[in-house]
Amino acid sequence: MRARAYPVWISRLFIFSVTMLAVTGMLQMPLATRYYLTEVPGLAWTGDFFIVHRLHYLFAALLLFIVGLAVTNWLLEWRDRLALTPFGAARAAILGGLIVSGGLRVYRNLPGVTLDPAFIVTIEWVHLVLAMALGAAALAALIRKSSAYAGPR
Amino acid sequence: MKKDSRRSFGVSRRGFLKALVVAGAGALVPSVGLAGAGADAVPSGEELVTLLDLSKCIGCGACVEACREANAPKFPEPEKPFPAMSPASRAKPEDWSGRRDVDDRLTPYNWLSIQTAQVRYQGVDHVINIPRRCMHCVNPPCANMCPFGAANKQANGLTRINDSLCLGGAKCRTVCPWHIPQRQSGVGLYLDLMPRFAGNGVMYKCDRCYQRIDQGELPACIVECPEGVQTIGPRREMIARARTLADEMNGFIYGLTENGGTNTLYVSPVPFDLLDAAVEQGKGRPHLKPVADVMADETNLATATLLAPVAGIAAGFLGLGARLLGRDKPGLRDEESHEEKRESDKGESDAS
Repeated sequence: MRARAYPVWISRLFIFSVTMLAVTGMLQMPLATRYYLTEVPGLAWTGDFFIVHRLHYLFAALLLFIVGLAVTNWLLEWRDRLALTPFGAARAAILGGLIVSGGLRVYRNLPGVTLDPAFIVTIEWVHLVLAMALGAAALAALIRKSSAYAGPR
Repeated sequence: MKKDSRRSFGVSRRGFLKALVVAGAGALVPSVGLAGAGADAVPSGEELVTLLDLSKCIGCGACVEACREANAPKFPEPEKPFPAMSPASRAKPEDWSGRRDVDDRLTPYNWLSIQTAQVRYQGVDHVINIPRRCMHCVNPPCANMCPFGAANKQANGLTRINDSLCLGGAKCRTVCPWHIPQRQSGVGLYLDLMPRFAGNGVMYKCDRCYQRIDQGELPACIVECPEGVQTIGPRREMIARARTLADEMNGFIYGLTENGGTNTLYVSPVPFDLLDAAVEQGKGRPHLKPVADVMADETNLATATLLAPVAGIAAGFLGLGARLLGRDKPGLRDEESHEEKRESDKGESDAS
């Protein structure tokens, strides 16, 4: 179960994109200036809401590329040899929810799109709660030494 | 002459709207409201635009008073003393509750203020009064970027801040090109969460009298204006009217392209760069500069988020992921070299 059965660079790219999404996601809240993060040399950009927002989009695009790649590989080949671990399945489901809710946020931000305010609040809070759930699940998986999403059948 | 047209407009306004309902000739929200539907249910789906003819405004302040009166029930009643906030040097309370009468700038208790510009243009002296409030952007960054969904645009084109959800972080004020929303501390949801560490009150701004629109009435500032400065109607109609008005006075339009377009259009006989240079500016006193669409990059990046998974799928079909790096048999990695295995295990330990 510990041996990673797919290319390690996919894992690393995935970890990088999710970590950066978590950071830029947190920074959507007005925290950086209040808590002096902008004073740290090299981190002044964290106080620029537009930069942080656009970075979130960019890392989301990277994550979606990786997910598209992994899902295609899974359907073509990997599913014959690999099986999702319980922690992997849970995190994949959370990730799916994050992608859907994040996609709806991107859609909402397009000019000419106006969604029901109650629906938007739901999207926002689902996205926020799922992000925290993914963090908790990742931490639990790490502690249980089962951080790989999938292992050999 | 002017007085006659003013009276005529004032008296006939409601009748005009009702006539529209009967004739089905427009999608004005008031007409929708009169027909018994909610303001969100604009049949045409078209947003409402207010058009302000600045050549008519005499700066009497009737709109300011009307705004305060109509929206007084929404004004904050903060609990004092305010909770201590950390870090104290950065998280400072903003309190307007003792200065509710201030009307020469935007505050949580004054959602509309009038700027005055004395300018000379083409050899003629002009005194232009400019009622200022939320522009109700077509694609409002305050709503799009609120992390909690507290600010939202409605289908009828107005943007509202939900005072029961807003935590008062003032991000909306920062990202607003005109920095319109104003904060009052000591009120709102943050008091029930972690007032020391997060939030700082509630943000307030013009909500275009949504409660009146829901009842089929016009916003108070429009109704009470003695000069008929403002008109409201479906976006396409009002844009056409603004252009006609600008042509007639050989004037200029502000709000048509600003921030990608706003649902407030100012028409002035004087160029707006002159007005911008002449009006007093600062906190709660917005500018009149050209504004690029601040959400344009996000709109472009949305395409990237759409293309990225497609590219990933294409790469998957092309063999990237397994075969590209020479690892053509996922699941058979126990046959790989010990070095690769060590690398793999190390990667796993970093997994999130």
